[in-house]
Amino acid sequence: MRKSTRRRYPGVQMIAVCLVLSLAFPLWSQPSTNAYVIKDAKIYTLAGPPIEKGVVVIRDGKITAVGANAAIPEDAQVIDAAGLEVYPGMFDPITQIGLNEVGAVGATVDTSELGDFNPELVVATAVNPASAHIPVTRANGITEVIAAPGIGGFDSQSSGIITGQASAFNLAGWTMEEMQISRSVAMVLNWPSIQTSSFDFSTFSIKEKPYADAKKEYDKSINELSDWITRARHYAQAKEKGSPELFVRDLKLESLVPVVQGKLPLLVVADDARDIRNAVDFCTKQNLKMILASGAESWKVKDLLKEKKIAVILGPTERLPEQEDTPYDKPMTQPAELNAAGIPFAFSSFGTSFSRRLPQYAGTAVGYGLSHDEALRAVMLNAAQIFGLADQLGTIEQGKLANLIVTTGDPLEMETEVRYLFIKGRLTSTDNKHKELYEQFRKRPAPAR
Amino acid sequence: MKLRVLTALALLATVTPVCAPAQVAGSQVSSGQANGTILIENATLLTITHGNIEHGSILIRDGKIAAVGTDVKAPEGATVIDAKGQYVMPGIIDCHSHIAVDGSVNEGSVSVSSMANIADVLNPDDISIYDDLAGGVTVANVLHGSANAIGGQTIVIKLRWGKQASDLPFQGALPGIKFALGENPKRSNFTPPPGVEPRYPATRLGVEETIREAFIQAREYKKQWEDYNRKKAAGEQNLMPPRRDEKLEPLVEVLEGKRYVHAHCYRADEILMLIRVANEFGFKIRTFQHVLEGYKIADEIAASGAGGSTFSDWWAYKMEAFDAIPYNAALMTERGVVVSVNSDDAEEARHLNQEAAKSIKYGGLSANDALKLITLNPAIQLGIDSRVGSIDVGKDADLAIFNRDPLSVYAVVQKTLIDGQVYFDRQRDIDGRPALEKEKQDLLAKEKKASEEKKADDKKEAKPEKKSDQKKKRPTTDQDSAAASAGGAQ
Repeated sequence: MRKSTRRRYPGVQMIAVCLVLSLAFPLWSQPSTNAYVIKDAKIYTLAGPPIEKGVVVIRDGKITAVGANAAIPEDAQVIDAAGLEVYPGMFDPITQIGLNEVGAVGATVDTSELGDFNPELVVATAVNPASAHIPVTRANGITEVIAAPGIGGFDSQSSGIITGQASAFNLAGWTMEEMQISRSVAMVLNWPSIQTSSFDFSTFSIKEKPYADAKKEYDKSINELSDWITRARHYAQAKEKGSPELFVRDLKLESLVPVVQGKLPLLVVADDARDIRNAVDFCTKQNLKMILASGAESWKVKDLLKEKKIAVILGPTERLPEQEDTPYDKPMTQPAELNAAGIPFAFSSFGTSFSRRLPQYAGTAVGYGLSHDEALRAVMLNAAQIFGLADQLGTIEQGKLANLIVTTGDPLEMETEVRYLFIKGRLTSTDNKHKELYEQFRKRPAPAR
Repeated sequence: MKLRVLTALALLATVTPVCAPAQVAGSQVSSGQANGTILIENATLLTITHGNIEHGSILIRDGKIAAVGTDVKAPEGATVIDAKGQYVMPGIIDCHSHIAVDGSVNEGSVSVSSMANIADVLNPDDISIYDDLAGGVTVANVLHGSANAIGGQTIVIKLRWGKQASDLPFQGALPGIKFALGENPKRSNFTPPPGVEPRYPATRLGVEETIREAFIQAREYKKQWEDYNRKKAAGEQNLMPPRRDEKLEPLVEVLEGKRYVHAHCYRADEILMLIRVANEFGFKIRTFQHVLEGYKIADEIAASGAGGSTFSDWWAYKMEAFDAIPYNAALMTERGVVVSVNSDDAEEARHLNQEAAKSIKYGGLSANDALKLITLNPAIQLGIDSRVGSIDVGKDADLAIFNRDPLSVYAVVQKTLIDGQVYFDRQRDIDGRPALEKEKQDLLAKEKKASEEKKADDKKEAKPEKKSDQKKKRPTTDQDSAAASAGGAQ
């Protein structure tokens, strides 16, 4: 499979050259300069009001100046962006990008390890920088993502309890080393739900289970989870105080140390209000830093989330309500509700092939009451703040990583195109497998008879 | 994540109408509007067939569109819907849906399951009907799943939420049959449970042969009946009619052009295969469904006369979807295929307007052509375009009213009408929520009280009752009693 993929997609270089002919400087080839200027664009910095007609200066991967009258360096390549708009690139904070190429083909999927407790696993290890999903996703304005292990999306299954460490990376680069923003941004915890119904593959139907049995299983999982946290705490103490020669290294416990020390947040996947409450309770008692993921019923526990200052990485707004008697539009109105309640949140696709729908998810929430400004922050800035990466990402400000998009208009709107894309300060191709196939088959002559 | 968890609460709530607002809407409207006269005025009308009309009005009489234009006035007694600043488009038609089906959509035991019929298992209480109605969908082509090379019989429905199953079918629409090619019928992504033999076919080669074999049988069966009918007509005596075969009858209808074939497919080669097989037996494929590699052979599909009903941008979830591109709808359109964008999913159907809009960005369709993907084109594919799919005088008054241009990501459906009746009204839904919540809480309180009373009664009666208990050891405490009734009785 990999072989044929390579044959068909002989490298980014060619793609890049095709794309930027209009620009007259090839991407990915060594640029003659590492300085760029985007000028005459409307700049949405997300750090203040938009600059109606301004300049962004980029050098060595960073933003070096922004403003209406920023000086244009002589060695910079200049992009005349009159009529275009500049935004920070979008950040999709829960994906399986790089871990999942073709959902149904197990050989191409590295999302879920066997076993329930795998804190030592780190996503960055297996991100495939040549994944076809990367160029497809960035072409829609997503410049960086977090890939998380063991979290289910449209095209993958969730499994395990502590599934490993999520990694943040830019959607461009030859190797993960070049792409990586942070190797470990969170420890993923699939909160064990009290499941009274489950899918039975032998009969292909949903099997019901008495509540008492489901609760027993749940309690068992929670006990195991507590046990891991306690042991990690003891391990941290032993490591600190014990003598090094007597110390036996345990990879799993070692990986949990930053979690119990409150240095690494737990990204807790839960949807039902009861599960969210239980998870918050657990993290509070254990004194762990929690970020809620998915959170379909966050609206039912707003006060709790607010009180405990827990941020939410929301699953797609385009999902069905959790319960039959939940208002039909709840997934779409929930972002506005959370915002009004002062709960920080970010939008996320939870997917691979659906990551490019991120702006659509945010736009839909605007239709149902979220302010446009807040929606922009929730796809560009909030995730960076929630994961502690806002010193590098999320706004167009001097000193930040130059992850920017130059668009034909409102980046959340359906028709808007990303005209230019900067990742780590490099002008990056928006070409991808889809565009390439389109152009190839569009040229197909009428069939030979 | 897409599965809705049915808790005891929800089950309880389904006893009473869960989405009462719609039913309230239905009953309120039906008295005054079902066969009455309605005027929608002051809207931007996206007619699909004759451009957009600013400040336009639509007069609805007896469930049909009676007049369209800028100078249409409300006759005496008409109900007026002021749609100032809003957009009216034809009701959205979803050419690939699995809503309103009771139970599983796959009869997975056999590779040819043409005897199974969706019409027999329509479930008017499926909440997805209401969900999709709230996305502006008025018509859905309800199909079986894709487990079988030849699947079951399909039916076109109108999303008449609150009505009985018998009121759902789109009267006059030709029924269809689901075919499926590729990974699903060859079961390559499914492992049979222990003890179950894998099922033929397991290759695309076998899929072709399964279909060919079925049509050889169908052709033979058709001939038997033709012979019988001919002899009977000639007055021959003592004739034995052929044995009826419910599996082959729908296939005979396909051969006779009385039943549409909707064929689930992905790869270019399998699409061409089915065109060849159809030619061999002299029938037509009405639509290729999903048809994600349709763009590779758009000319061949166009020449075959088949339509293409595809996804906007789904890809890579399985191998045969790895070459899927979001330009598919636009490219096939460019090459002369009648194309629709479908949902295949109760959730996706809630925003088919957004999905259609993607073909403007990916492939440069005009706004009107993008809207056609979810209105007139699926109507043509389902053979119902004389009835629905555009805002034209004489057509059914199936309409979706949006607060802004439906091709915008920010557009929200305000009202959905079917046959001139308001089946979804956003404001009424919102207004009805407090009453629903109260009803739910009252029911919960009642249930709680009842269960507490029952507990108390059980306690009182525990001793005399248990005399007849078959268990050797008589339960002595509440806990034992509960355990006995939970597990012991069986």
